[in-house]
Amino acid sequence: MTSPRAAMGADLSAVVVGVPPPQHFAARARRHPSFAIGAVLSLLLLLAAVLSLVWSPYAPADIDVPNKLQGVSAAHWFGTDSLGRDIASQLLVGAQASILVGVFAVLIGFSIGSALGLLASARGGWWEEGVMRLADFTFAFPALLSAIMLGAIYGPGLVTGIVAIGIFNIPVFARVTRAAANAVWAREYVLAARAAGKNRWQITWHHVVPNIASALIVQATNQFATAIIAEAALSYLGLGTQPPMPSWGRMLNEAQTQMFQAPMLAVYPGMAIVLAVLGLNLMGDGLRDLLDPKLARKR
Amino acid sequence: MSVFLLKRFATFAATLLVASVLVFAVLDLLPGNVAQVILGDTATPESIAAMEHKLGLDRPALVRYADWVGGLLQGRTAQSHSYDTPTATLIYERLQVTLPLALMAMVLTLLIGLAAGIFAAARQNRIGDVSVMGLSQLGIAVPSFWFAILLILLFAVKLQWVSAGGFPGWTEEDGGGPWEGFVALLLPAVALAVVQAAVLARWTRSAVLETLREDYVRTARAKGLSRRAVLWRHVLRNAMIPVLTILGLQFAFLISGTVVVENVFVLPGIGRLVFQAIANRDLVVVRDVVLLLVAMVVVVNFVVDVLYAVIDPRLKPSDA
Repeated sequence: MTSPRAAMGADLSAVVVGVPPPQHFAARARRHPSFAIGAVLSLLLLLAAVLSLVWSPYAPADIDVPNKLQGVSAAHWFGTDSLGRDIASQLLVGAQASILVGVFAVLIGFSIGSALGLLASARGGWWEEGVMRLADFTFAFPALLSAIMLGAIYGPGLVTGIVAIGIFNIPVFARVTRAAANAVWAREYVLAARAAGKNRWQITWHHVVPNIASALIVQATNQFATAIIAEAALSYLGLGTQPPMPSWGRMLNEAQTQMFQAPMLAVYPGMAIVLAVLGLNLMGDGLRDLLDPKLARKR
Repeated sequence: MSVFLLKRFATFAATLLVASVLVFAVLDLLPGNVAQVILGDTATPESIAAMEHKLGLDRPALVRYADWVGGLLQGRTAQSHSYDTPTATLIYERLQVTLPLALMAMVLTLLIGLAAGIFAAARQNRIGDVSVMGLSQLGIAVPSFWFAILLILLFAVKLQWVSAGGFPGWTEEDGGGPWEGFVALLLPAVALAVVQAAVLARWTRSAVLETLREDYVRTARAKGLSRRAVLWRHVLRNAMIPVLTILGLQFAFLISGTVVVENVFVLPGIGRLVFQAIANRDLVVVRDVVLLLVAMVVVVNFVVDVLYAVIDPRLKPSDA
């Protein structure tokens, strides 16, 4: 909860619109090193996925056994795997699976979780208690367990992975939303809005949502990163993305059988995951500083 | 205190009950026909009916649920159809790998995470702090199963100090021994711990820094206590409260991490068991393992709640 004194001393622009004006934001963003690095890495991930939709050096599933386990060369930038498939092309196209799972898993968690969090905060009492206990409960099911159960029944696949990771994201967003919304509900301008006759849903929509938007954007960025790791783990285990769609996790699984002959095959996909996750995490941390100067000062 | 404990215990029991209903519903009710899933698409209606009878699926769902939970409460579990053994026996065998692995990883997480976090906080914004935080940012981005693969590449493939996976067993009859078993679990535990320690280090650092700004810390310094004495006597105890919350959550990640890392190192633990069970369509095993893993997470969070009250006597039942 924000104390009344803290609310009065708060940055006025944050109180009024929640997000600083865009030109101001761009200037500060360029000077923020971790945001700049994170944004560049995240952009590279996005570019790789978009580029791979229209072009990749080879078709990622093209088998070329005579050229198997090649080293780095001009023809194959990262070499080839045990079936002669081009690693660079698989890495590029693999970005699609990461982004696909990340976007949809975050959307599931964001839409359901934030709605529940807003409801809990607006209604209070038993509603709040119920939503929070539900969140506690869902935390007992890590994404992997949901994926195991769903995979056992519906068979493994991209959708199984998205749903499992999405379910795990729901309580994460519910908690963050409720905590941030409760802080807004304690502000004087909410009191003023109430006195002016707005009901709790109007207040939620006009005052709470704009003010917690930046906290949710930051959380969404971090959950995106978590989803990429989870997707890779599920695909490594064979529960996520299925062939022929390339995925970084499954590349690692296949590389593990060739570790003595071609150890680098087990290195590249991991590096891709680390760079993508690092980029999103740095961008999230940077966004937190840039969107909410108060939070940054408290750290 | 006893009211607080009682309330917490009720939540704990209720969570387990709801979890059992959910696991049962997902694995037993949703798919429509478990026998069909086990036998595959080509099964004849007669063989499906026979399988349903063998699994007891021709009885009402409520009876089957009561049978399952009642059996668990009496220490009785269903027969795995692919191993022809009660699931409890299977799980008990596999826990002898998974539990020591999870414990070793937790101890390593605590040692590395707390030490790095306190170290960084004590040197805020100096080179030590910046490098620890940089490393932890990297650690969070590394998937534990990939770190496990890198460890295998270095210690098994390149240096050839250890084998690339497998578990020799805890006793000499199995061909192993306590030391051999410990060594086989060391790399998997490190792989799990490094990532979790990175998370813990960041939380510990910010919890310690937050506490350092409290008025009582200034008072303690003003009355002449050294920085070190204040850190150890006043700050750490108070900073441990948020850190405990994170530890409870981390245990859930550690458990699912164990499942993945066991598969990387080909360890005969719970993780391997559940994957073989999925491949064999042995849903009884999947059901019991998932419930056990959920129960472990719930138990740890219950213990964390109780520890709060021990660490922080100010905590009133109403705050919990």
